[in-house]
Amino acid sequence: MIVPYSHILILASLLFLMGAACAVARRNLIMILVGVEVMLNAAALAFVAASLRWQHLDGQAFVIFIFAVAAAEVAVGLALIVRAQRSTSSVMADDYQQLKG
Amino acid sequence: MTISAIMFYGLGIIILAATALAITRRNPMHAIIYLIVSFFAMAPLFYLLGAPLLALLEIIIYAGAIMVLFIFIVMMLRIEVTPSTAGQWFRQWFPAVALSALSGLVMVILIWQEPSQQMVLPLAMASPREFGLFVFRRYWFAVEIASFLLFVALVGAYYLGRKGANPEGKP
Repeated sequence: MIVPYSHILILASLLFLMGAACAVARRNLIMILVGVEVMLNAAALAFVAASLRWQHLDGQAFVIFIFAVAAAEVAVGLALIVRAQRSTSSVMADDYQQLKG
Repeated sequence: MTISAIMFYGLGIIILAATALAITRRNPMHAIIYLIVSFFAMAPLFYLLGAPLLALLEIIIYAGAIMVLFIFIVMMLRIEVTPSTAGQWFRQWFPAVALSALSGLVMVILIWQEPSQQMVLPLAMASPREFGLFVFRRYWFAVEIASFLLFVALVGAYYLGRKGANPEGKP
Protein backbone atom coordinates (compact mmCIF):
# COMPACT_ATOMS: atom_id res chain seq x y z
CA MET A 1 0.00 0.00 0.00
CA ILE A 2 1.42 3.40 -0.91
CA VAL A 3 -0.49 6.64 -1.19
CA PRO A 4 -3.76 7.75 -2.80
CA TYR A 5 -3.66 8.29 -6.55
CA SER A 6 -4.68 11.92 -6.07
CA HIS A 7 -1.51 12.72 -4.12
CA ILE A 8 0.67 11.51 -6.99
CA LEU A 9 -1.42 13.48 -9.48
CA ILE A 10 -1.08 16.61 -7.35
CA LEU A 11 2.70 16.15 -7.18
CA ALA A 12 2.83 15.72 -10.96
CA SER A 13 0.65 18.77 -11.60
CA LEU A 14 2.72 20.97 -9.25
CA LEU A 15 5.87 19.82 -11.03
CA PHE A 16 4.30 20.49 -14.44
CA LEU A 17 3.24 24.01 -13.43
CA MET A 18 6.73 24.73 -12.09
CA GLY A 19 8.15 23.73 -15.46
CA ALA A 20 5.57 25.82 -17.30
CA ALA A 21 6.33 28.86 -15.13
CA CYS A 22 10.04 28.38 -15.80
CA ALA A 23 9.51 28.12 -19.56
CA VAL A 24 7.33 31.23 -19.57
CA ALA A 25 9.24 33.49 -17.19
CA ARG A 26 12.88 32.83 -17.95
CA ARG A 27 14.63 34.58 -20.82
CA ASN A 28 17.68 32.36 -21.05
CA LEU A 29 17.07 29.84 -23.83
CA ILE A 30 18.76 27.05 -21.87
CA MET A 31 16.45 27.67 -18.92
CA ILE A 32 13.45 27.52 -21.25
CA LEU A 33 14.58 24.06 -22.37
CA VAL A 34 15.05 23.10 -18.70
CA GLY A 35 11.43 24.09 -18.08
CA VAL A 36 10.29 21.88 -20.95
CA GLU A 37 12.29 18.99 -19.47
CA VAL A 38 10.59 19.44 -16.09
CA MET A 39 7.19 19.41 -17.81
CA LEU A 40 7.99 16.19 -19.71
CA ASN A 41 9.18 14.57 -16.50
CA ALA A 42 5.97 15.51 -14.70
CA ALA A 43 3.95 13.95 -17.52
CA ALA A 44 6.04 10.79 -17.19
CA LEU A 45 5.27 10.64 -13.46
CA ALA A 46 1.54 10.95 -14.15
CA PHE A 47 1.76 8.16 -16.74
CA VAL A 48 3.56 5.80 -14.35
CA ALA A 49 1.03 6.50 -11.60
CA ALA A 50 -1.86 5.84 -13.99
CA SER A 51 -0.19 2.61 -15.04
CA LEU A 52 -0.19 1.49 -11.41
CA ARG A 53 -3.71 2.74 -10.78
CA TRP A 54 -5.27 0.69 -13.60
CA GLN A 55 -2.78 -2.18 -13.37
CA HIS A 56 -1.94 -1.84 -17.03
CA LEU A 57 1.44 -1.52 -18.70
CA ASP A 58 0.37 0.97 -21.37
CA GLY A 59 1.27 3.94 -19.20
CA GLN A 60 4.80 2.70 -18.69
CA ALA A 61 5.17 2.08 -22.43
CA PHE A 62 4.25 5.70 -23.09
CA VAL A 63 6.97 6.86 -20.70
CA ILE A 64 9.55 5.14 -22.93
CA PHE A 65 8.31 7.25 -25.85
CA ILE A 66 8.34 10.38 -23.67
CA PHE A 67 12.01 9.67 -22.96
CA ALA A 68 12.73 9.26 -26.68
CA VAL A 69 10.92 12.50 -27.54
CA ALA A 70 12.74 14.35 -24.73
CA ALA A 71 16.12 13.16 -25.97
CA ALA A 72 15.36 14.17 -29.58
CA GLU A 73 13.95 17.54 -28.49
CA VAL A 74 16.99 18.36 -26.36
CA ALA A 75 19.42 17.41 -29.13
CA VAL A 76 17.73 19.61 -31.72
CA GLY A 77 16.99 22.41 -29.24
CA LEU A 78 20.56 22.66 -28.02
CA ALA A 79 21.86 22.59 -31.61
CA LEU A 80 19.53 25.49 -32.41
CA ILE A 81 20.77 27.38 -29.33
CA VAL A 82 24.39 26.88 -30.38
CA ARG A 83 23.60 28.14 -33.86
CA ALA A 84 21.66 31.15 -32.58
CA GLN A 85 24.47 31.94 -30.17
CA ARG A 86 26.94 31.92 -33.05
CA SER A 87 24.96 34.46 -35.04
CA THR A 88 23.96 36.85 -32.23
CA SER A 89 26.48 35.88 -29.50
CA SER A 90 23.72 35.79 -26.91
CA VAL A 91 21.43 33.15 -25.44
CA MET A 92 18.81 35.59 -24.19
CA ALA A 93 15.47 35.35 -25.97
CA ASP A 94 15.15 39.16 -25.96
CA ASP A 95 18.13 39.55 -28.24
CA TYR A 96 16.57 37.75 -31.17
CA GLN A 97 14.70 40.68 -32.62
CA GLN A 98 15.78 40.88 -36.21
CA LEU A 99 14.20 39.14 -39.14
CA LYS A 100 16.64 38.58 -41.94
CA GLY A 101 16.26 36.08 -44.73
CA MET B 1 1.47 5.44 7.36
CA THR B 2 3.55 2.70 5.85
CA ILE B 3 7.24 2.89 5.00
CA SER B 4 6.50 3.33 1.27
CA ALA B 5 4.18 6.26 2.01
CA ILE B 6 6.91 7.93 4.06
CA MET B 7 9.34 7.33 1.20
CA PHE B 8 6.87 8.80 -1.29
CA TYR B 9 6.35 12.00 0.69
CA GLY B 10 10.07 12.38 1.37
CA LEU B 11 10.94 11.95 -2.30
CA GLY B 12 8.13 14.31 -3.28
CA ILE B 13 9.50 17.02 -1.00
CA ILE B 14 13.00 16.52 -2.42
CA ILE B 15 11.71 16.70 -6.00
CA LEU B 16 9.63 19.82 -5.44
CA ALA B 17 12.39 21.62 -3.53
CA ALA B 18 15.11 20.74 -6.07
CA THR B 19 12.91 21.77 -9.00
CA ALA B 20 11.92 25.03 -7.30
CA LEU B 21 15.60 25.80 -6.73
CA ALA B 22 16.46 24.78 -10.30
CA ILE B 23 13.97 27.05 -12.02
CA THR B 24 14.95 30.10 -9.99
CA ARG B 25 18.76 29.94 -10.25
CA ARG B 26 20.35 32.68 -12.34
CA ASN B 27 23.36 30.56 -13.22
CA PRO B 28 22.31 27.81 -15.69
CA MET B 29 24.97 25.43 -14.35
CA HIS B 30 23.50 25.54 -10.81
CA ALA B 31 20.05 25.05 -12.26
CA ILE B 32 21.14 21.94 -14.14
CA ILE B 33 22.82 20.44 -11.07
CA TYR B 34 19.62 20.96 -9.05
CA LEU B 35 17.63 19.39 -11.87
CA ILE B 36 19.89 16.33 -11.74
CA VAL B 37 19.09 16.06 -8.02
CA SER B 38 15.40 16.22 -8.89
CA PHE B 39 15.73 13.45 -11.49
CA PHE B 40 17.73 11.29 -9.11
CA ALA B 41 14.87 11.59 -6.59
CA MET B 42 12.35 10.82 -9.34
CA ALA B 43 14.00 7.47 -10.12
CA PRO B 44 13.20 5.80 -6.74
CA LEU B 45 9.70 7.23 -7.06
CA PHE B 46 9.27 5.33 -10.33
CA TYR B 47 10.61 2.23 -8.61
CA LEU B 48 8.11 2.72 -5.80
CA LEU B 49 5.30 2.98 -8.36
CA GLY B 50 6.27 -0.37 -9.87
CA ALA B 51 8.47 0.60 -12.83
CA PRO B 52 12.03 -0.57 -12.14
CA LEU B 53 13.12 -0.38 -15.79
CA LEU B 54 11.87 3.18 -16.08
CA ALA B 55 13.67 4.08 -12.84
CA LEU B 56 16.92 2.92 -14.41
CA LEU B 57 16.17 4.69 -17.69
CA GLU B 58 15.41 7.88 -15.78
CA ILE B 59 18.92 7.86 -14.37
CA ILE B 60 20.64 6.65 -17.54
CA ILE B 61 18.81 8.81 -20.08
CA TYR B 62 17.63 11.86 -18.12
CA ALA B 63 20.26 12.37 -15.44
CA GLY B 64 22.99 10.72 -17.47
CA ALA B 65 22.59 11.65 -21.13
CA ILE B 66 20.30 14.67 -21.38
CA MET B 67 21.67 16.61 -18.43
CA VAL B 68 25.27 15.93 -19.47
CA LEU B 69 24.38 17.35 -22.90
CA PHE B 70 23.06 20.47 -21.15
CA ILE B 71 26.26 20.76 -19.12
CA PHE B 72 28.37 20.39 -22.28
CA ILE B 73 26.48 23.19 -24.00
CA VAL B 74 26.58 25.49 -20.95
CA MET B 75 30.34 24.99 -20.67
CA MET B 76 30.81 25.41 -24.42
CA LEU B 77 28.88 28.66 -24.70
CA ARG B 78 30.42 30.30 -21.62
CA ILE B 79 27.26 32.12 -20.60
CA GLU B 80 27.76 35.22 -18.51
CA VAL B 81 25.30 35.66 -15.66
CA THR B 82 23.64 39.04 -15.94
CA PRO B 83 22.28 40.59 -12.74
CA SER B 84 18.62 41.50 -13.01
CA THR B 85 16.83 44.51 -11.65
CA ALA B 86 13.94 44.07 -9.24
CA GLY B 87 11.32 45.55 -11.57
CA GLN B 88 12.32 43.29 -14.44
CA TRP B 89 12.25 40.24 -12.20
CA PHE B 90 8.78 41.14 -10.95
CA ARG B 91 7.49 41.82 -14.45
CA GLN B 92 8.69 38.43 -15.66
CA TRP B 93 7.79 36.21 -12.76
CA PHE B 94 4.56 37.73 -11.53
CA PRO B 95 2.33 36.74 -14.50
CA ALA B 96 3.89 33.29 -14.74
CA VAL B 97 3.54 32.54 -11.03
CA ALA B 98 0.04 34.01 -10.81
CA LEU B 99 -1.27 32.02 -13.77
CA SER B 100 0.46 28.83 -12.61
CA ALA B 101 -0.96 29.20 -9.11
CA LEU B 102 -4.44 29.73 -10.54
CA SER B 103 -4.35 26.69 -12.78
CA GLY B 104 -2.68 24.69 -10.00
CA LEU B 105 -5.54 25.58 -7.68
CA VAL B 106 -8.13 24.51 -10.26
CA MET B 107 -6.24 21.27 -10.90
CA VAL B 108 -5.96 20.42 -7.19
CA ILE B 109 -9.69 21.08 -6.68
CA LEU B 110 -10.58 18.91 -9.68
CA ILE B 111 -8.33 16.09 -8.52
CA TRP B 112 -9.64 16.31 -4.97
CA GLN B 113 -13.30 16.23 -5.96
CA GLU B 114 -13.08 12.88 -7.71
CA PRO B 115 -13.95 10.33 -4.99
CA SER B 116 -12.51 7.32 -6.80
CA GLN B 117 -9.08 8.98 -6.84
CA GLN B 118 -8.82 8.61 -3.06
CA MET B 119 -8.25 4.89 -3.50
CA VAL B 120 -4.91 3.89 -2.02
CA LEU B 121 -2.72 2.33 -4.68
CA PRO B 122 -1.52 -1.23 -4.21
CA LEU B 123 2.12 -2.17 -4.39
CA ALA B 124 2.91 -3.85 -7.69
CA MET B 125 5.98 -4.38 -9.79
CA ALA B 126 6.29 -4.90 -13.53
CA SER B 127 9.48 -6.84 -14.16
CA PRO B 128 11.71 -5.46 -16.92
CA ARG B 129 11.30 -8.67 -18.90
CA GLU B 130 7.53 -8.52 -18.79
CA PHE B 131 7.56 -4.84 -19.65
CA GLY B 132 9.98 -5.27 -22.57
CA LEU B 133 7.91 -8.07 -24.03
CA PHE B 134 4.79 -5.93 -23.70
CA VAL B 135 6.37 -2.94 -25.45
CA PHE B 136 7.80 -4.93 -28.33
CA ARG B 137 4.64 -6.98 -28.87
CA ARG B 138 2.10 -4.22 -28.51
CA TYR B 139 3.96 -1.10 -29.55
CA TRP B 140 6.59 -2.35 -32.02
CA PHE B 141 5.51 0.19 -34.62
CA ALA B 142 5.78 3.08 -32.15
CA VAL B 143 9.26 1.87 -31.20
CA GLU B 144 10.23 2.02 -34.89
CA ILE B 145 8.84 5.54 -35.15
CA ALA B 146 10.74 6.59 -32.01
CA SER B 147 13.98 5.23 -33.45
CA PHE B 148 13.30 7.10 -36.70
CA LEU B 149 12.62 10.27 -34.69
CA LEU B 150 15.94 9.89 -32.90
CA PHE B 151 17.68 9.43 -36.25
CA VAL B 152 16.05 12.58 -37.64
CA ALA B 153 17.07 14.47 -34.50
CA LEU B 154 20.64 13.25 -34.94
CA VAL B 155 20.77 14.42 -38.55
CA GLY B 156 19.11 17.72 -37.64
CA ALA B 157 21.50 18.40 -34.77
CA TYR B 158 24.46 17.66 -37.02
CA TYR B 159 23.12 19.88 -39.78
CA LEU B 160 22.48 22.81 -37.42
CA GLY B 161 25.77 22.52 -35.61
CA ARG B 162 28.19 21.77 -38.42
CA LYS B 163 31.31 23.84 -38.60
CA GLY B 164 30.93 25.39 -42.01
CA ALA B 165 27.49 26.75 -41.20
CA ASN B 166 27.29 30.44 -42.01
CA PRO B 167 24.52 31.97 -39.92
CA GLU B 168 24.42 35.15 -42.01
CA GLY B 169 24.10 33.67 -45.48
CA LYS B 170 22.41 30.65 -46.89
CA PRO B 171 22.64 27.47 -44.82
